[in-house]
This record gives sequence, structure tokens and C-alpha cells, in this order.
Amino acid sequence: MRSWDNLQGGEKATRMDIAGVLPLDMAGTIIVLWLALGVLGLTLRGKPHLIANAIFPAGAVASLALAAIGLWALGAAADVAILPLGLPDLPLHLRLDPLSAFFLVLLGGASFGVSLFGAGYFRSMPGKTLGLLCLEYHLFLAGMALVLLADDAYMFMVAWETMALSSYFLVTTDHRIPDIRKAGYLYLLVAHVGAIAILLGFGVMQGGQGIGAYTFDAMRDAHLSAFWSSVVFLLALFGFGAKAGLLPLHVWLPEAHPAAPSPVSALMSGIMLKTAIYGILRFTFDLLDMQQWWWGVLALALGLLTAVFGVIFAAVQGDMKRLLAYSSIENIGLLLVGIGLTIIFHVYGKDALAALSLTAMLYHSLNHAFFKSLLFTGTGAILHATGERNMGRLGGLIRKMPWAASLMLIGVLAIAGLPPFNGFVSEWLLLQAFLLSPGLPNSYINMLIPVVAAVIALSAALAAYVMVKFYGIVFLGQPREPALEQAHDAGIWERAGMGWLALGCVVLGLAPVFVIRQLDPVTQMLIGHGLGNSAGGWLFLTPVDTERASYSPVYFLLAVLGVMLATALAVRRFYHGRLRRGPAWDCGFPEQTARMQDTAEGFGQPIRRIFEPFFRIEREAPSAFDTHPHYHGRSDDRIWLFLYLPIKRITETLSSWVSVLQHGRIHLYLSYTFATLIVLLAFM
Amino acid sequence: MSYTVQFINLLAAILLLISFAMLSQRRILSLINLFAWQGLVLSVSTFVVAYSTAQQHLYFSAALTLLLKVLVLPWLLHRLIRKLNVRWDVETLINIPATMLAGIALVIFAFNLAAPISQLAEGITRGLIGIALASVLLSLLMMLTRRKAVTQVVGFLAMENGLFFAATSATHGMPLVVELGIALDVLVATFIFGIFFFQIRETFDSLDITHMEKLKDD
Repeated sequence: MRSWDNLQGGEKATRMDIAGVLPLDMAGTIIVLWLALGVLGLTLRGKPHLIANAIFPAGAVASLALAAIGLWALGAAADVAILPLGLPDLPLHLRLDPLSAFFLVLLGGASFGVSLFGAGYFRSMPGKTLGLLCLEYHLFLAGMALVLLADDAYMFMVAWETMALSSYFLVTTDHRIPDIRKAGYLYLLVAHVGAIAILLGFGVMQGGQGIGAYTFDAMRDAHLSAFWSSVVFLLALFGFGAKAGLLPLHVWLPEAHPAAPSPVSALMSGIMLKTAIYGILRFTFDLLDMQQWWWGVLALALGLLTAVFGVIFAAVQGDMKRLLAYSSIENIGLLLVGIGLTIIFHVYGKDALAALSLTAMLYHSLNHAFFKSLLFTGTGAILHATGERNMGRLGGLIRKMPWAASLMLIGVLAIAGLPPFNGFVSEWLLLQAFLLSPGLPNSYINMLIPVVAAVIALSAALAAYVMVKFYGIVFLGQPREPALEQAHDAGIWERAGMGWLALGCVVLGLAPVFVIRQLDPVTQMLIGHGLGNSAGGWLFLTPVDTERASYSPVYFLLAVLGVMLATALAVRRFYHGRLRRGPAWDCGFPEQTARMQDTAEGFGQPIRRIFEPFFRIEREAPSAFDTHPHYHGRSDDRIWLFLYLPIKRITETLSSWVSVLQHGRIHLYLSYTFATLIVLLAFM
Repeated sequence: MSYTVQFINLLAAILLLISFAMLSQRRILSLINLFAWQGLVLSVSTFVVAYSTAQQHLYFSAALTLLLKVLVLPWLLHRLIRKLNVRWDVETLINIPATMLAGIALVIFAFNLAAPISQLAEGITRGLIGIALASVLLSLLMMLTRRKAVTQVVGFLAMENGLFFAATSATHGMPLVVELGIALDVLVATFIFGIFFFQIRETFDSLDITHMEKLKDD
């Protein structure tokens, strides 16, 4: 990709720019604007309606502008800037290349909808909390944008930590609830363990060359040996995996997402997890100049495990935000599978296939940003309307919240991978990459890949099952609680935000050829090969060969609409028109209540039975003669028991040894200093 | 080898003597006065070094020392103890004679340590490094053996005096920017300590730092 840079460097002078303003400058302006909005929000604490109705929409407009800038920069050459800030000998470097530009589009596009939604969602918050939240929210956005633009390790780590800390404070917005504080602490802990790994990775790449070697340019030029490259890759996989929620570092995700306010969950799940994906891509394909085939296998295996784990756990959740959090874990797993596949193909020189799987993976991250943000904001609307996160107490909301229900239906169909929505396109592309893979020189991988494809298909199917459960339990059937009668639909801002995200799902699903063309510069940059115009005309998506497979969402949609229309006409034509209304068949049991409907628990039961070894199940069922029957069931993660608790115990033992030093007496501490000083003076 | 060198040596001796006096002093008020005297000695010695080496910026640091360590800081500390009403005797953890003996051992150690450096040092100030180092260590010892928070702060400030003396005597002073920075730091630190004193007293009803042992994690 270095050659690519040089190639594009020549065109730099002739490239289009509006009145001499480069995309990078404009992106920087957006970041500054976000920070200014955040501070402004803090000063407007006394006027919460102003923050909700002015600051958040303004931030949303800035997001949209950032997406446009990213889209524009996708086709342009890499653009670098050195800020007059930073460490001595290491000023802050920024760089906007196609990879950053793509993720900026993702960030801007998804956060536009979320910020609009936030304008409505946060309006009822007390001013003081809202002012702080507004600052943290925009700081979070700015931090993520800076992570994408950073071009040296220092800038990257500062932005990364800004992102982690601001999101920590966002997660703990309701810090008076102990569980939320606990969730926030867990998140912070995992985030920092990951950050240390990333920092170590930078350290290895820098290779003791002095502070100037912390720029990404110097790292690109450093030719590491295979061993050290592998060390860097493993550190990056660990560090970014902790942020992305990769097994076994996923534990914070199902805790933090339900704890955070819904728009924040949407940002974290839809966008922040993608910055980790960005980091892995940046490290693997840009900063390191070589890859090993086993990296791909490792990523593939981990991704697969994560995907299956995530979707199985999503299937048994009763809390809708936890369900979505586990679903995010599944999607991150799929993305990692895409990365692994890309590495394998790239190492074996099959760059056309590598481009295909990379395109599928990038496409899927964009899709996930949209549909997951949509679903999380949707849960926010439900939460506002009912105050309930537990699906066992919801139901029948489609009648009370028609707007939210229909917009979320789009999100649910998209995430379930149904055409003509966007989820289908990326999953289809990924499976195409698998199906076209035979012919690798490594026979083990050759044998393995069909199995992997089968597991991907399984997790996609299970994801659809999860979404049926999610939508069916929450929106369909009868309300399970009388309080649900008072539920109100989403407000105008909420509708606008969700509408934008739903529109994104539809457009990304209907115009895959256009999207893939935009992705071309990114794959060109990372692996030196693009899908190019193999996509064929604008109607048909043909990743490799017309004879093998092609997909046209527009025709598909037309066909579906045609069949529906024909059916409607036929019914109209042949329907006899005699109508009789009678009571529904009640299975011979006349007293039916809403509580007799299938519950979230019940719907997930088969999955829990089939995948029983995955769970640690705790159940307490009442006996037949119980006058106050009480049922209690919990399905926990075994990893927590077998990995985290031992680590916790070891850490506690070690720290109890250290705490022997802690007496609380200042004189003793001073004596430590004194003794150290004397010893060093005497012996050094 | 002129009068200036002799004079600086004399001032160094006085500095060390004051350090010992501070170590043995039981009353906070006298302690602060001693600290002011130490500042004055420091200021004069800086002035003499400036005169003998004809370095302009050392005049500034001498003036700065005079202003800050002889006037402003003692005044601040006086005001502080008046407000806090803590003019009573200092309670020591180790009795005074034992502290003095330890102090003598430290001085010997410091001189021993400074001997090789003094061999290297050029110019008028050879042999003063030992004294500077000794006064730093003595101040640390004072912080170590006192109970009250105010005395600890005086010890901290005296330690800075020792360092400053080492800087002027051994290397003819630091760049003025650095000195200004340090002076400002010390001033700010004193303000912050002052605020802390009030907070500590408000929390524990006393300035005795043994109360802070409760703050540790069980």
C-alpha cells in the first residue's frame, strides 16, 4: 500500500478541492465544532430544552457534514496534517486516507440519526445532568473522529482514551444506581487493559527508535521480522478485541449497553465497536507490512466463536438491551471472520477474493452501524414510553407505537439478513467469499472453510430467530401489563432519528453496487486490489462472475411487490364478500389472558436446551402445590466463572501483599522515600 | 580564593546550622522564623555568587528568594497558624537528641557522598555540595519525625531551600526560567497546603496527621 500512497501522491496537486479547503481541514473543523457544542451545552445547564432542541440537532448536522466529507475524501488521495501541538519532537499528526474516510462516513451517518433521536430522548432530563451529558456526548463523538484521523501513536492513544473515558461517563449517567456503577467500572477496566495492549503494540512497532518513530509513517517504514510482526498483531487483536467485545473479552458489553442511556448504547454499539475494527485493519494491513496466514486462521476462529456465542446468548436474554448487546457481539464476530478471511486470501495471493471478503466486511460494519443504532434507539423509545426493559413485561406495542414499530421492523428485518435490506447484502457477499474460496494452497484451510461457512449460515439463521423473538415479544400479541395501555409513540425528533437510520438500512440494501464502488478505494489501499467494476451494471451485484451469482435488490423488491399486488388482486377477484365475525378459537379454554402468551423465556427455551453446555443455568421452579408460585431462571456465561473469577482472585492476593506497605501513616510513607533516597544515593 | 569564597563558606555553615536548629526546634512559630532566616542566608549567598561570577540573572534569583522565602512564605505561614490557632509546641515522634544524632550521621553521609562530586566541581564553590545535600536530607528527616501537618510543610519548603543552594553553589544557578517556575510552584504549593490544612482540620478537628491513618483501605 506504500506504492499506492506514492502513486496517489503525484495526483495530490491536481485533486479537486473546494476553494483550496481540504477534506481533512473540514473534518478538523467538525471536530472543533463538536467540542464547542459540548462546552456550550455545559454552559446552558439552566435551559435543558435549549440543549435538546438546539445543541443536539446542531451536532447532528455536523455529523451529516462529516459523513459528506468522508464520502468526498473516499475518492481523494491521502491527506496529512501536522498540528502545532503535542509532545516535544512529536507534534500531533492527522491523516485522512480512504480507510479513515470510510469510517468517518460510518461515524457521521449513524451519529446523525442518533443525535437527532437524542434531541428527543434527552429532553426530559434535568438540566444539570443534561449539560454534562451533552459535553460527554460530543466529546465522545470528537474522540472517535480523532481516533480515525490520528496518524501517530500519541495522538491515537489520546483520542482512544478520550473516547473510552467519555463513554465511561456516558455509561454511568445514572451513577446513583449501584449496578450501573459496577457495569461502568467493568467497562473501564476492560477498556484500559485493552489500551495497554495497544500501547505495547505501538511500542513494539516503534522499536526503540526514539520518539520521532511513533508516527505511523515511521511504523509503515519499519520492517519488522515475522516474529515481532506477529507479536504486534496479537497485541492489536487483544487490545482492539477488548474494545470490540471479542471472546473472551466481551464481558463488559452485555453489562454496559443496558446501563447506558439508549442513544449512548446506539453510539457505542453502532460506532465505537467499529473503531476497534478500524484499529485492527489499520494495524494489520497498513502499519504492518506483512501478514502471516495463521493470523487469518486465528481471527477466523475467534470471530466464529464470538459470533456463535453472541447469537446463542442473545437468544436466551429477557432484557431487550442485553439481547441487542449480545447481538452486537455476534456481529463483531462476523466482522472478525471477514478480517480473518481477508488475511488468508491476501497472504495466499488471492487478492480478488481478499477484496471481496474485505468489501463484505466493510459493508457489514456500515450496515451494522445503521441497523444496530436503529434498534438501540428503538429500545430507547420503548423505554421512554413504558419504563420497561424486560421483554416479559412488554407486548402488543405495535398498536400503541405504530411509528416506532414500523421503523424498528425495518431494522429487525435488516439485522435478520432478509432481502432487500442491507443486512442481506453484506452477509451474502461474505458467504460468496466463502463459497468461492477453494483452491488455496493450504489443504487444511481448504477443508475448514466450508465448515466455517456453515457456521456463519447457522449464526445468521439464529440471528433471524433472535429478531423474531425480539420483535414478536415486544410489539406483537397482547400487552402483558396494564400499564402498557398508557404507552405513547415516539416524538418527532425520535421519529426523525429512527427514520434516518431506517432510510439508511433501505438505501444501503437497494444500492449495493453504488456502495461497493465507494468501498473500492479502501480495498485498493489496504490490499492493492478492488472489486472494481466486476460489480457489473448498476442493477446487478455480481461479485465475481455473472454465471456464479448475482443479486439485484431492485428487481427483488419489484418481484416481491408484484407478487403481493397480484395476491391482493386475486383475493379481491375471488373473494366472495360474505363476512362473519365470531370469537377466536380458544383451544377449549375460555379464560385467556395476556399472560398466557409465549414469553421471551419460553421462546428462547429450545435454544437453551440445544446449547445447554454453553450456559451456566440457575433455575428455581415452583412445585405444583405452591400457593405463591415463583419462578426464577438465569443463564450465565461460563467464561465469567472459569476465566474472570480466577484472575480476580489472583489480583486480589497480589494486591493484598502490596497493601502490607499501606499503613496510612504519612511518616511511614516518608520513611519509604527517605530509605529509597539513601539507598540510591549510597549505591548508585 | 578571596573573601567571597570565604563568605560563601561561612553562609553555608550558617545554613547547615539553621537546618539543625530547625530539626531541634519544638515550637512552630520559631520554626517558621528559622525558615525565614534560612531564606535570608540563601538569598545573601546567591547574591554573593552573583557578584563573584558576575552573572546578572543570579541577582534576580537572589531578589526573588528574598521576596518569596523571607517575606511572602513566612508571612503566609504565620497567617496560617494564626488562623488555625496552632502555635503550640511541636510533638515529635522521636525525641530530639536522637533526631540530632541521626542528623549528624546524615551530614557525614552527605559529605562522604559529595566528596567525588566536589572533586569534579570547578570554581569557587567546591565543597558546598555536601552541605546542600546534608540540608536536603535534614529537612527530609524533619518531615519524617514531626506530627503536625504544618511542620511537614515547613520541612518540604526547607528541602527546596537545600536544593536551591545546591543549584546556585554547584552550577551557578539554573536558567532564570526554571527558577521562576520553581518559585511559582513553591508558592502555589503553599497555598494548596493551606487549603488542605483547613480541610484536614474540618474533617478531623485536628491537624495531627496520625488521624489520617483512618483513610487507608482495610
